[in-house]
Amino acid sequence: MKRIKGLIILAIILIALPILFPNNYFITVVGTAVALHAVLAISLNLLMGYAGQISLGHAAFFGIGAYSSAILTTQHQWNPLLSIGAGMLITGIIAFVIARPILKLKGHYLAMATLGFGIIVSIILVQAGNFTGGPDGLSDIPPLALFGWTISSDFHWYVVMSTVLLLIVWLVNNLIDSRSGRALRALHGSEVAAEMMGINTTSVKTNVFVLSALIASFVGSLFAHQQAFISPDSFSFFFSIELVTMVVLGGLASTYGAIFGALVLTFLPELLVVFEDYEVMVFGGILMLMMIFMPQGLFVALENLISRLYRNYFNPPLPVPASDGENHDVA
Amino acid sequence: MTLLKVEGLLKSFGGVTAIADLDFEVPEGVVYSIIGPNGAGKTTLFNMLSGIYIPDEGSISLNGKDMVGLSPHKIARSGVARTFQNLQIFFNMSVLENVLVGCHLRIKENLISTALRLPMAVREEAKAKQWAIDALNFCGLGEYISSPSDALSYGVLKRMEIARALAMKPSIIMMDEPAAGLNDTETAEMLSLIRRISESGITVLLVEHNMNLVMQVSDRVLVLDYGSRLAEGSTEEIQNNPQVIAAYLGTDTNDGVIGTKTGGSHYAV
Repeated sequence: MKRIKGLIILAIILIALPILFPNNYFITVVGTAVALHAVLAISLNLLMGYAGQISLGHAAFFGIGAYSSAILTTQHQWNPLLSIGAGMLITGIIAFVIARPILKLKGHYLAMATLGFGIIVSIILVQAGNFTGGPDGLSDIPPLALFGWTISSDFHWYVVMSTVLLLIVWLVNNLIDSRSGRALRALHGSEVAAEMMGINTTSVKTNVFVLSALIASFVGSLFAHQQAFISPDSFSFFFSIELVTMVVLGGLASTYGAIFGALVLTFLPELLVVFEDYEVMVFGGILMLMMIFMPQGLFVALENLISRLYRNYFNPPLPVPASDGENHDVA
Repeated sequence: MTLLKVEGLLKSFGGVTAIADLDFEVPEGVVYSIIGPNGAGKTTLFNMLSGIYIPDEGSISLNGKDMVGLSPHKIARSGVARTFQNLQIFFNMSVLENVLVGCHLRIKENLISTALRLPMAVREEAKAKQWAIDALNFCGLGEYISSPSDALSYGVLKRMEIARALAMKPSIIMMDEPAAGLNDTETAEMLSLIRRISESGITVLLVEHNMNLVMQVSDRVLVLDYGSRLAEGSTEEIQNNPQVIAAYLGTDTNDGVIGTKTGGSHYAV
């Protein structure tokens, strides 16, 4: 029930905003970017928040999807829809191939390896000029057309991205609350215990890595068609860090937290234009402060605060769960 | 009938022999305890039986099927469950979800129907929830079903680990020091829980330092010392075995019978 409630609230907000503020730049343009970032953050959160596998190279998959679509549609005149599928196929294969060796690593080593992967991809995007247009990027990417309806205006894109966001939230929440989702989270809790429950941890890790890469690739393709122009800047190491910041800011292992993180970090630069050159520093600063003061994330902290206030206001405080507290540190 | 058969098992870590040429057989349906001083190789043995370590030599067979070299999740698939000496709780999940992970192999899942939450997936999920609740009730944890797992006491977490293992419907459960760190009341509850598990038809392999509990609950006992077998037999045989008495109590015995010393449930090493 809680699952459906969150989804309905999100849907109402997404529908109400453009009705309340028609033709508002902050809704159609920034709102679309928020939805796109939210989907990326949710996909990264699957890997980082739920399965506990950090990735500092998520922007690379986003980039592979975007460039696959851009190259196939501009240089080979593919149908945009077909190119989205092809991009996902390419991303899926790359993710699958690197998943096994990379995910054998843990903690800092995994962070380093994914960081390396992200940097390699962004160097290729800059250096393979014949295909990628080098630092200048690719332009004249055709717009997306669905059943004869060409998605061109900002509002169209708002509708598409919001729909994608709702769909992804629904699918991910269904997944998290299932056998596979529990296997993911068990991996985070204790790998050895997960194995002893019959969970093939190697394949679960590979699957979630590929799944999160596929989602990133999908929205990467959408991004390419929306922008009509892409350059390596959008898929750099800094964007990976930004995505990690969104996940951590909202709260690890919280889908709505990831959306919240995307919302804050997409609006911040818009509102604080003065920060332009210091954006990365601000993100780094937020990340540090969050880790120190609110390790469970802003969204989760707010959620707890609200539910506590709500409980205190409407009901007498609940008794503390039976826990004698002793012997707790024996483990 | 023999359920678990171990022959010529050997494992050393960089020249230190942890298990040396060990043989034993666990008949189906018994409570089989493995005792021995700290460092005798009990946990190493458990880790080999559950596939975490690969033995250097020797064979392990379950129901006649060779288990050596199988990864832990494959061993789990053949009906082996275990609990851990240092608790391995999924603290990021609720008590119910922890135990639902134990149902992993019993849940039939189709990714499409799960992602779309089709009625088939909902039904399967409801069934699994019932299995998990049954396992929790069996372990006397009915009141904690919806608790988050990071708010519980050590004793409750120990039983939750057992419930999680039982949710697998294993043919054998390996329990690594289930009574360690428990107070007297909790230990008594653990004793009756082990009995109930055994009565439900599951073979129990027990590593435990609490001699009182071992002697009350076991059908057979294996005594390990420096990785090899010092003695094996019924509790009575073990209690009267002079070698065991010497190894455990030195020459200065109280009344010569392990586990009947007043309050002497934890021996000093």
